[in-house]
Amino acid sequence: MNQLANFTKGFIKENPVFVLLLGMCPALGVTTSAINGLGMGLATTFVLVMSNLVVSLVKNFIPDKVRIPSFIVIIASFVTIVELVMQAYLPALFEQLGLFIPLIVVNCIVLGRAEAFASKNTLLSSIIDGLGMGLGFAFALMLLGGVREILGSGAIFGLKFLQGDGMLVFVLAPGAFIALGYLIALINRLKKTA
Amino acid sequence: MAKTESSFKNMVITLFVVTVVAALALGGVYTVTKEPIAIAKREKVEKAVRFVVPGFDTIMNEFKVLGNDGKDSLTFFETYKNGEKAGTAIKTYSPEGFSGMVWIMVGFAPDGKILNTAVLDHKETPGLGDKMDIKKSNFSAQLQDKNPKDFNLDVKKDGGDVDAITAATISSRAFSDAVERAYKEFEKRD
Repeated sequence: MNQLANFTKGFIKENPVFVLLLGMCPALGVTTSAINGLGMGLATTFVLVMSNLVVSLVKNFIPDKVRIPSFIVIIASFVTIVELVMQAYLPALFEQLGLFIPLIVVNCIVLGRAEAFASKNTLLSSIIDGLGMGLGFAFALMLLGGVREILGSGAIFGLKFLQGDGMLVFVLAPGAFIALGYLIALINRLKKTA
Repeated sequence: MAKTESSFKNMVITLFVVTVVAALALGGVYTVTKEPIAIAKREKVEKAVRFVVPGFDTIMNEFKVLGNDGKDSLTFFETYKNGEKAGTAIKTYSPEGFSGMVWIMVGFAPDGKILNTAVLDHKETPGLGDKMDIKKSNFSAQLQDKNPKDFNLDVKKDGGDVDAITAATISSRAFSDAVERAYKEFEKRD
């Protein structure tokens, strides 16, 4: 497969959030602001790239019957590493995302890419796939977070441009579903014309 | 290269190796990050103490006492400036939040006057209850320079002096409850 296409497919064509509808829990939970979405997306990207890399390296040594438990151990290790490192060096971001970091383990995208892609493809393709999918996820979360932040608090990346409170519903959980629904509709429309 | 066969021996060995490598990696990262994590946590606490008791140079005493309802403990930070008592910061809590515990840091001057307050941790509704945080609204500023001796730490609806946050009486109650709990313990030790 063309490596460029392999990289870019995560953004629109196979976007994990808008098209595959995977990883909904963090996508809806943390996206109360653009910066939270971006932070969560980048943390997931790191885990995706590292787990794809390792899974691709060891795929031939792991017997088929125990591949899922092995992948989960690998993924869980990287998630814990991200959690510890973030807690140590980015405490402010950790405070916002802390609760959701351990949930990267059960994010279907990570296991999905390990199982569906990295365990069947070469090292380089797997890394590029992880990077593309991860950044696609980060992009989706940032977009969703941005929309909710603009509508909900009248700000973007923490910079307030509107006085007052905005529409409270977009900060709360129902707003996440509403914003996600409209974004998916928009992406589908764009895909049709493209 | 041929794929490893799914025999019992192979599976046991694979899982063993995978988990050992993962355990070693995590142990290594934990050792490296242990100290920065402790420092980051400590800094957060000291920043809050500095915010509620301005202008001290050392935290002399630090101790925990059980709250009057026995649900958790309050942490005292007695601060000094040039050897004289500058104030006491108390990390306090209230179990009466709209959704769980509310943690607050309160600074008292030696005479019992409230210097400042800071919300440390809560799970209140964004846009309503979270206005107790000074970053979101001026609600908590009304307690500054008040002495609980002649300022009733109850919301007005309950006959006190605290102006509640609109549509978030429960969160306001929890905030006042936490401050009051700290004051009771402060008074006992003064």
